[in-house]
Amino acid sequence: MSLNYIYPDNEVVRNYDKCICCRACERQCANEVHEYLEEADKMIADDAKCVNCHRCVSICPVRALKIVPTDHEFRKNTSWKKKDIYEVYKQAESGGVLLSSMGNPSEFPVYWDKILLNASQVTNPSIDPLREPMETKVFLGAKEESVKRGEDGRLITKTSPQLKLELPVMFSAMSYGSISYNAHESLARASQEAGTFYNTGEGGLHEDFYKYGGNTIVQVASGRFGVHREYLETAAAIEIKMGQGAKPGIGGHLPGKKVGPNVSRTRMIPEGTDAISPAPHHDIYSIEDLRQLVFSLKEATAYKKPVIVKIAAVHNVAAIVSGIARSGADIVAIDGFRGGTGAAPTRIRDNVGIPIEVALAQVDSRLRDEGIRDKISVVAAGSIRSSADVIKAVALGADAVYIGTSALLALGCHLCRTCNQGKCNWGIATQRMDLVKRLNPDIGYKRLVNLMTAWKHEIEEMMGGMGINSIEALRGNRLMLRGVGLTDVELRMLGIKHAGESA
Amino acid sequence: MSETLSAKQLGFYALNEKVRELTGEIIIDNSYGERFIAASATADKSIVINGTPGNALGCYMDGAHITVNGNAQDAVGDTMNDGEIVIHGHTGDALGYAMRGGVIYVREGSGYRTGIHMKQYKDKRPVIVVGGGTGSFLGEYMAGGLIIVLNKNSDGRADVGRFTGTGMHGGAIYIRSAEPPEDVPKQVLCRKAEDADKVAISEYVKRYAALFGGDINELLGADYWVLAANSANPYKQMYTDN
Ligand code: SF4
Ligand code: SF4
Ligand code: SF4
Repeated sequence: MSLNYIYPDNEVVRNYDKCICCRACERQCANEVHEYLEEADKMIADDAKCVNCHRCVSICPVRALKIVPTDHEFRKNTSWKKKDIYEVYKQAESGGVLLSSMGNPSEFPVYWDKILLNASQVTNPSIDPLREPMETKVFLGAKEESVKRGEDGRLITKTSPQLKLELPVMFSAMSYGSISYNAHESLARASQEAGTFYNTGEGGLHEDFYKYGGNTIVQVASGRFGVHREYLETAAAIEIKMGQGAKPGIGGHLPGKKVGPNVSRTRMIPEGTDAISPAPHHDIYSIEDLRQLVFSLKEATAYKKPVIVKIAAVHNVAAIVSGIARSGADIVAIDGFRGGTGAAPTRIRDNVGIPIEVALAQVDSRLRDEGIRDKISVVAAGSIRSSADVIKAVALGADAVYIGTSALLALGCHLCRTCNQGKCNWGIATQRMDLVKRLNPDIGYKRLVNLMTAWKHEIEEMMGGMGINSIEALRGNRLMLRGVGLTDVELRMLGIKHAGESA
Repeated sequence: MSETLSAKQLGFYALNEKVRELTGEIIIDNSYGERFIAASATADKSIVINGTPGNALGCYMDGAHITVNGNAQDAVGDTMNDGEIVIHGHTGDALGYAMRGGVIYVREGSGYRTGIHMKQYKDKRPVIVVGGGTGSFLGEYMAGGLIIVLNKNSDGRADVGRFTGTGMHGGAIYIRSAEPPEDVPKQVLCRKAEDADKVAISEYVKRYAALFGGDINELLGADYWVLAANSANPYKQMYTDN
């Protein structure tokens, strides 16, 4: 027998005084952690299989369960943490590339938490959002640079196509395949009700969801899964996926085992085959080539829909976005290095890219300096956790944000970070029908709408406090921001002053 | 009824706007690099182009018919879903990128990355027939469909450049040649075609001969190499959950 080098990270703790052996935990755990011992009339657990998703904890009728991190440790070592050691063990055992999911969990600065907002006092009155109109609506798309008149002197009112959002928050790309049918249905219905958009990701669009087309952004990635005329025509906007914050420079790869009958239908590939979207679009090697793809999509949809280009935030992001703004794209989405994923190589997720806060500030400044800020709308993504992060992103220069993880949390995700294993006990990152059923879209969509409603109120309150009654007036308004505990370089990169410095 | 447009001085935007509005037979004269012609066009259009259309001809096309009397450029039939494109000349790179249905016939040769990312699903099975040779990376990441390279001017070697079928995990490539292509990666099986294999391509080779001329016995009778993926999951063993 080979030795098992790895001691489980989590321990399943059961209070036997409380446990009534109802076996609910056993039925609910897709990882088969819990087991009932008939002869002893006792529940036992195999800690090694537990992914710490809290499903059993939530379901236990007598609150007999909790999951605690193990206190079993290696000898103290600053350089070699347990995680580093175990990763070596895993690779020595399997020879495989480490695969993880959700956003980068490592200790990097979260700049959102080092930025504070301004508020009005005395000289500049704040606004009471409960009494006065507040505008959180935004329009995404290229804006006209000047007023144009026809030969007869009349105003030309035809503008580039725009997306109208009731609040500057959209649901980011999550493919059907990486998340479930019920998760997609929840996102689609919530977008419709909240007046925003969800994004199909690169997995195609299920025919049942064509009816939500007016609130759907469809994605076109290098593999072009599920891309065809009707898919493009149904959508409100089309997003070209060039990159993703969790895995810059790395493509998508849905393993054949996740390509069941339904996923096969929307991706338009046979069941059981791998769905491979390599990192490079092999027809794009320059901004000029990107322009060709942008315009091919515009031509295919008669210039009726905005085209979004999504990239990962990397070192040279400002120059890249400056190019994208000239490619004819209407919107650029920038995904920071903390952005989530259904599956990404661990090393890439944890080591590649730059923080969205810095990327966003740099992009906004660069586009302003070049006088092309209005040519393109900027959407920030990757680790937006709250309405405060939204406000800060807008003040740093975003027109709107994408949220992924926050939306999944609203649907019940407990951030166990094992989406890649396809056994999500919350019915989100899985295609197993018995698990998918656990996510009721009637409830799921309401929870998402609640989240959007609550954030909208909070956004209005924060804006009111600053004496701003329209979100457009906050965009790029960095005087509303102050840094705390940041170095000079960090402040310069973010384009903000330190707390205590006055305007 | 047919409509004749002159592309001269129009630019792609104005030309394509007109093409979008028309149905039936549309003749475009003086084409000189206008891009995106017939983007997402449906079966109610049949288009004849005299000249040299620009990149992304017939992208996302969904049932229309295009004949080009001349050469075409890059990305012909990008993500095409249905219909037929007939090129009386050469084409550039990325011919039929991610094509998922319909047929493209090219009388002469095509450039790099021909048929890359082609896919098939149920009755949707895209086909590309190239009369001459192709550039490197033929059928890269190919996941379905059929590519036939007739190599009509070759000296016996497979005139398809290098790295044929890299990342291929579905579909089939037929190369008419005495010798097999070089650099075939290990996840692709390359073998000489039997007579039975040729049944799969005869319909398309006959159509090629009907469109462009050529002796069907000579085209079909010669040696062919068949390339197919030996796994639908080339990267299965690569990862470890962490
Ligand atoms: S995997 Fe989830 S459901 Fe199973 S024991 Fe652990 S916390 Fe409970
Ligand atoms: S759900 Fe709670 S009470 Fe029921 S068997 Fe599990 S631990 Fe015991
Ligand atoms: S979606 Fe499911 S599997 Fe993924 S982190 Fe959330 S609870 Fe875990």
